[in-house]
Amino acid sequence: MDLINLFPLLAIDNLGLKYLAAGLAMAFGGAVPALAIGMLTGKAMEALGRNPEAQPVITTNMILGIAFAEAIAIYSLVVAVMIGFVF
Amino acid sequence: MGKLKLYSIIAAVLVLTLVGFTSLRSARPIVELKAETLVNIGPFPLTNTILTSWIVIVLLGLLFYSATRKMALVPRGIQNFVEMVVEAFYNLVTQTVGEKHGRRFFPVVCTIFLYVVASNWLGLFPTVATVGKVEPLESHGEVLEEGVVFEQVAGINVIMPGVPSWPPHEPKSIALELPANATEEQKKAALDEATKDLKPDQKAGRLVPFFRSVNTDINGPLALAIMSAIFVEYWGISTLGFFRYGSKFLNVKRLLKGDILNGGIDLFVGMLEFVAELARLLSFTFRLFGNIFAGEILFLVIIFLLPVLALDMVYGMELFVGLIQAFIFAILTLVFGVIAVTSHEEGETHEREPAAPP
Repeated sequence: MDLINLFPLLAIDNLGLKYLAAGLAMAFGGAVPALAIGMLTGKAMEALGRNPEAQPVITTNMILGIAFAEAIAIYSLVVAVMIGFVF
Repeated sequence: MGKLKLYSIIAAVLVLTLVGFTSLRSARPIVELKAETLVNIGPFPLTNTILTSWIVIVLLGLLFYSATRKMALVPRGIQNFVEMVVEAFYNLVTQTVGEKHGRRFFPVVCTIFLYVVASNWLGLFPTVATVGKVEPLESHGEVLEEGVVFEQVAGINVIMPGVPSWPPHEPKSIALELPANATEEQKKAALDEATKDLKPDQKAGRLVPFFRSVNTDINGPLALAIMSAIFVEYWGISTLGFFRYGSKFLNVKRLLKGDILNGGIDLFVGMLEFVAELARLLSFTFRLFGNIFAGEILFLVIIFLLPVLALDMVYGMELFVGLIQAFIFAILTLVFGVIAVTSHEEGETHEREPAAPP
């Protein structure tokens, strides 16, 4: 029961899994931050609709929150770039 | 807008896109994570990002010098512009954290903002990352695996796509397909194989730009993040005193009173706070680096895919992203500074006197 006969794909030297890994890292890592940013902006719009006079305060705090959420996506981007171009 | 003007703009955009797609495309993108060294000064490698950061410093210094040379009470010209920028950011800072803290933290925070904005926007200047020297693929005893074919026009190496044609010209790029642990001889043989049919005025090499946007090298944002962390700690210690500020991280008050369980929890929470400080440093670095470096990669890929139309849109987005990232870095430093300075005033509720009965 040779493993090569069971799974012929294992005989290939370079499967190109590197590119698959980079793509998946970015896909999974960017999904939930995108959702978080959308929810944040939605809540900010609600608050803005209820109190348009507080617009500078709301906008500043929204940008702050979006920066935190986006940073997580950037972590996965850095990992994807490292997988794709360094390894 | 009149119909003639609208249609002529649409026609011009379409023509430019077509011309761009057929004759202005660049070669396949080669992304370099490390900053390339231009010159080695003794043991110190002078990278192109360090050179660009010096240029940013000189430009900012010149701008502020010329704005403050003959200061008038009613500003005109350069002084007016600089005062507008500084005042706008000052209003933003005081709106966010109030007058007292705003005035105290404003110099450092505004410096961070202006430096990051200037370095991000200078990275979008025309010759940055595109003009440089060509390094042959076989240099320093190593063979590089990816390269581009340059044509020589009047002594200068140019990536020249050629006249508009269909199917569109694509500049030739060289990518060596090698097994995992190839020796130098194998790499050299593969390189010779790949470049054997180059015309005499073509040269295979790799571009080492003279200037590269400062924050595309991870050392730039790392240095700024370390500086901002040092300032936050300094503000905390200078306001609260060393032991009161240190008790945020090492809280042995309840442990010394004999309360083992709560004291242990306090120690653990203090350790988590310390880890959170380090995580903040890393997150500052990666946020700025990731945004700007991803923008650089996006430019390279768009120049390869669809030059004129998509490139203008990406350029606008990069202008916006550069500004927003600078703003975020500065405001986060400010907010963490304020947290460090006011840290223990909410936690001392058990020491406050009860309100007097009406």
